[in-house]
Amino acid sequence: MIQRTPIADALTYLLMVLGFILLIGPFLVILAGASQTLQQINSVPFHFLPQDRFLENASAAWSRANLGSAMINSFIMACLVTVGKVALSACTAFAIVFFRTPLKHFFFWIVFITLMLPLEVRVVPTYAVAADLFQPFRLLISALTGIEVSVEWNLLNSYAGLTLPLIATATGTFLYRQFFMTLPNELAEAARMDGSGPVRFFVDMLIPLSRTNMLALTTIMFVYGWNQYLWPLLMITDPAYKTTMMSLSALLPSENSLPDWNVTLAGSLIIMAPPLVVVAVLQRWFVRGLVATEK
Amino acid sequence: MEKRAVFKSWWLPILFALPQILLILLFFYWPAIAVMKWAFTLEPPFGGVAEFVGLTNFDEVFADPFYWNSVAVSLIFALCGTCFTILVGLVLAIAVDRRLPGSGLFRFLYILPYAIAGPAAGMAFRFILSPERGLMASVNAAFPDFWNPAKYGAHALILVIVIFAWKWTGYTFIFLLAGLQSVPRSLTEAAAMDGAGPIRRAIDIQVPLLAPTLFFLLVIMMTEGFVGSDTFGIVHSTTGGGPNHGTEVMVFRIVDEAFKGLNYSGASAQSIVLIGLIMLFTFIQFRFIEKRVHYK
Repeated sequence: MIQRTPIADALTYLLMVLGFILLIGPFLVILAGASQTLQQINSVPFHFLPQDRFLENASAAWSRANLGSAMINSFIMACLVTVGKVALSACTAFAIVFFRTPLKHFFFWIVFITLMLPLEVRVVPTYAVAADLFQPFRLLISALTGIEVSVEWNLLNSYAGLTLPLIATATGTFLYRQFFMTLPNELAEAARMDGSGPVRFFVDMLIPLSRTNMLALTTIMFVYGWNQYLWPLLMITDPAYKTTMMSLSALLPSENSLPDWNVTLAGSLIIMAPPLVVVAVLQRWFVRGLVATEK
Repeated sequence: MEKRAVFKSWWLPILFALPQILLILLFFYWPAIAVMKWAFTLEPPFGGVAEFVGLTNFDEVFADPFYWNSVAVSLIFALCGTCFTILVGLVLAIAVDRRLPGSGLFRFLYILPYAIAGPAAGMAFRFILSPERGLMASVNAAFPDFWNPAKYGAHALILVIVIFAWKWTGYTFIFLLAGLQSVPRSLTEAAAMDGAGPIRRAIDIQVPLLAPTLFFLLVIMMTEGFVGSDTFGIVHSTTGGGPNHGTEVMVFRIVDEAFKGLNYSGASAQSIVLIGLIMLFTFIQFRFIEKRVHYK
């Protein structure tokens, strides 16, 4: 800027520091608490200085909440949701943008409407579908042929049950659609002239070109998949499939002795870490993706 | 959109779109239709014969005072959460947009809470804002019973709103910063030449130009507050809807009613009302607020 504005600059720094205290402060409190002893964490006033007990607390939390298998399950779930979303979004957007088909607008709208109804408001019947996957097909068959079939299949306690209903919305399709629309028409024309078919064009040109979008969507979807709470709570009863979000309640301090919040905080820090790392590392793409998907 | 269609195959696009379409039909449209059907029938959802009962389910829902309590709690939650995230996000975006030395680091840091799951944040905040230890213990020692979310519904509601706001402020911040950075530099520089200071410029030039972004965030954050997955997660893991129904938001009540009370028809009726409310909000926001928004 042309002006010299010392007062406004000082005010700006003051605001940024206040923002830091507000948004990063909680992390620092968690970090300090997670590294203290039982006596330190229960003392008033709160000690803001981190101590050296983090590893002990973390390993106590790890074994108390059985975080080993929960972390693996959450990781698998987040990865499946991410891969599923990215792959399906790219494919659908390809179909919508690069083909002349009467079904194009139908695809577009059927996908677009899914952005309006989150899982939380249709959770009851979605659960019913997951608990009895073939019900729609049974009804369809008996309506068409009059034959009652009794095939049943449920998705409870499975990775498919954890992920498929979450993949079934269209976030990401529009990110890809928008990107494909910005590509010059000549690109596809040239590919066609060179004799490469649509599939070849998709694999060899579009996929490599959309790397930025892919990273953006990957970040968003990994966070989304890792942070799922309600759906795993309903889908999973078998402890072998427990996710980290379900282990949170096991981390709560017991009521009858001096509450060991140091262990709880260390455990929640472990659970927070993977999406935090992903967002920190891929932040540049993540921001680009967010701003592009929603607008 | 039309000019782009280069390839002529009719079956290939269907093949490419099919996996997503099938998943959406099975896990989105089928349940969405079922929710409509269940709301007007009385049926055991996993088999048995459904009986059409018209609006009876809705009558029962509306006659329940706890239902209206959950509507009020949801409204307060969504409104307070929206206002806080947008206002704080706006102030921080304006500050960071001035690009002073170090503002890049702050930008990087502000976004981080977005990565945290509502329930995990809820667990941590139960300690951070606990009445007996953490940050509020000293205040409570000086003024006994000043802060006790386990005892007072209003305090518990503040607690869950704080968690929601903490997590989502970085999100509104990203959009507002992106909006600010698309404001032409020449505009603010011209204003600076005319002698307008940074605060004047923020109020007279930047905020009005952000109107479309602000409007978009208003719609998004209200929806997020009402039906977002964090809303349920935060309430369920932090207060469990209590004390005394003080934090029982609408989504929490729906899940509770369906999976604890096994009242699927009532839960479906509540879902329908919730969907209607979201649509109404979006409509009102478009109708009355968008008029005042000037797109570039």
